[in-house]
Amino acid sequence: MNHPKAAAEFNKDEAKTEWHDKALWFVRKKRDIATHGIPEWEQLREEASAIKANVLSNLDNYLIEFEKNAQSNGIKVHWAKNAKEHNRIVHEILKAKGVKKLVKSKSMLTEECHLNPYLEKNGMEVIDTDLGERIVQLAKEPPSHIVLPAIHKRKEEVGEIFHEHIGTEKGASDPQYLTTSARNHLREKFLKADAAITGVNFAMAETGGVVVCTNEGNADLGVNMTPLHIACMGVEKIIPQLKHLSVFLRILARSATGQAITTYSSHFQKPKPGSEMHIVIVDNGRSEQLGREDFRKSLNCIRCGACMNTCPVYRRSGGHSYGYTVPGPIGSILSPGKDLKEHSTLPFASSLCGSCSAVCPVKIDIHTQLYKWRQIIAKEGHLAPSKKMGMKVMGYVFTKPKLYRTLGKIARNSLSVLPRFMIYNKFNVWGKARELPKPPKESFRDWYLKNRPKRN
Amino acid sequence: MKIGLFIPCYIEQFYPNVGVATLELLEKLGLEVEYPLDQTCCGQPMANSGCENDSFATTRLFKENFKNFDYIVGPSGSCVLHIKEHAHLDNVFELCEFLTDIVKVNSFEKIFSRKVGLHVSCHGQRGLGLAQSSEIVGEDYSKMRNLLDKIKGLDLIELERKDECCGFGGTFAVAEEAVSVKMGKDRIKDHIAHEAEILTGGDMSCLMHLEGLINRQGNSIKVMHIAEILNQAM
Repeated sequence: MNHPKAAAEFNKDEAKTEWHDKALWFVRKKRDIATHGIPEWEQLREEASAIKANVLSNLDNYLIEFEKNAQSNGIKVHWAKNAKEHNRIVHEILKAKGVKKLVKSKSMLTEECHLNPYLEKNGMEVIDTDLGERIVQLAKEPPSHIVLPAIHKRKEEVGEIFHEHIGTEKGASDPQYLTTSARNHLREKFLKADAAITGVNFAMAETGGVVVCTNEGNADLGVNMTPLHIACMGVEKIIPQLKHLSVFLRILARSATGQAITTYSSHFQKPKPGSEMHIVIVDNGRSEQLGREDFRKSLNCIRCGACMNTCPVYRRSGGHSYGYTVPGPIGSILSPGKDLKEHSTLPFASSLCGSCSAVCPVKIDIHTQLYKWRQIIAKEGHLAPSKKMGMKVMGYVFTKPKLYRTLGKIARNSLSVLPRFMIYNKFNVWGKARELPKPPKESFRDWYLKNRPKRN
Repeated sequence: MKIGLFIPCYIEQFYPNVGVATLELLEKLGLEVEYPLDQTCCGQPMANSGCENDSFATTRLFKENFKNFDYIVGPSGSCVLHIKEHAHLDNVFELCEFLTDIVKVNSFEKIFSRKVGLHVSCHGQRGLGLAQSSEIVGEDYSKMRNLLDKIKGLDLIELERKDECCGFGGTFAVAEEAVSVKMGKDRIKDHIAHEAEILTGGDMSCLMHLEGLINRQGNSIKVMHIAEILNQAM
């Protein structure tokens, strides 16, 4: 995936780019109102970050404690090394129960593992029940945002998709009508489902229970209407104790959507009578990331999406331009660890403005990690050769003051004498939409030597 | 107090007036300022492009050039931040930071009757802490705003997005041309919508990008580095 190319494509429709930017900025503003109303917000961030640091330093112990407690609650716990194992395990559980249709509430992990296509290939019907996820599922697209999966679709586009797939009236785009129709459509699916898959927002080692946060109640509905619940979680979802949840529930929704708390914070601690509950704990590259000192902190992420909403690049390039399950700034520091070459443009899809790090409720130093991935990408030879050479030359010129001054003079002189077509052409990317600075007659140094002669 | 004047390479070559304004301003305050003649760049362009190794010698040369000064002062938050973080110098200051924290400038003599929009550069704000970021919960402050507020007649406009990035970002401006340009256009729109006559800021690199767009679009809003305004008012 080439981010600048995809982003340029996205920007061809300037009105839509502006709409996308404003829609997400609106969420960022809601987040500001919600957080600025809490005087101890910065302290909460600090605590959340500290709890996560503790978790990451003792992950093995907490995971074992969690497994033990979950098992004693009657939950079956499975371990998956990677996406492939995760999909195979989930499929085997479903197959053993003869499941044909299942409902799924939001889980970025199952997106990351590409569970849906795997199960569909094995003859099962998987219905995403989060409204946004259902929209992109019907559109046969991946989510473009981890909290707002269909944020790239305008209501008119949603109307078209619903007309085609769930039989709403042609041309209808009234949000109330569309959501009611989706609700009715999904209710049918809930009623016919044999099993429910959910993600996990937090897993408490102390209790062996998990918490799933939704606004639509779709996780509860699925789990309570079917005899089989499979909860899929990455190893980093662990928190030590129930009391720590109070910190995370306060920061999650405020950061994500500007709500004080998600509408539903559903606790699942044991299977309901007559049914089964499974938890699949997935590594899929996480322990490798844990081993990378500079990037370990990226595992703090609670998937609130605040870094996406605040990122001026994400807002103007759209989630799909990142070509990774988790887009935006956090995705740009997670993805290089999975496939450095494939995702080598992502750490550069940032002006390093640092807004992501400032907004992050678990204090991930996102922009510093972007900088560090850039160094690795260059070292591993994934920079364009022209850029690499250019930097080498610059690095040389800047150590030779005389040469630097001579070249500066040549540049200024050429800019003032060359005809416009020689300066503004396809090789001048800067000049596509921008003028170059008007070259001055003399440099500052020249001026200084002339005007402050006695100093020298 | 001996001050080494740090004029970043692109300012030295393309915006000598900003260097002159910085020097004159500091001199008006009675400070002893010297411009080390063999300075070039801080090393940031290479480092931010992933080629840190190609930047070390440049940063070393910077340290050599400025080793005999009590303070190093430059009119660029971004370059100063790079020196702070990578040359590990603690006596390097961005101009407004220096005027506020060390010189403690209290008043400006002259009137500057214009409507001004302040573009806060990200590295100055979030990196050097020159102003409170809108993401952080805490008391609002801004060293640049504080200085501009002291100038008689100067009308500082409020922006819809007070600290959104302009999209320059060094090589980002070229590598991610489409997004960079869109970000810049949106910043300018915000200033124009709030009737700024002058767009100012503490980083000429942001301003070079914005001015490039303004000149191409033929907008009438004028771009000035904050040093030029402060110097005119002093």
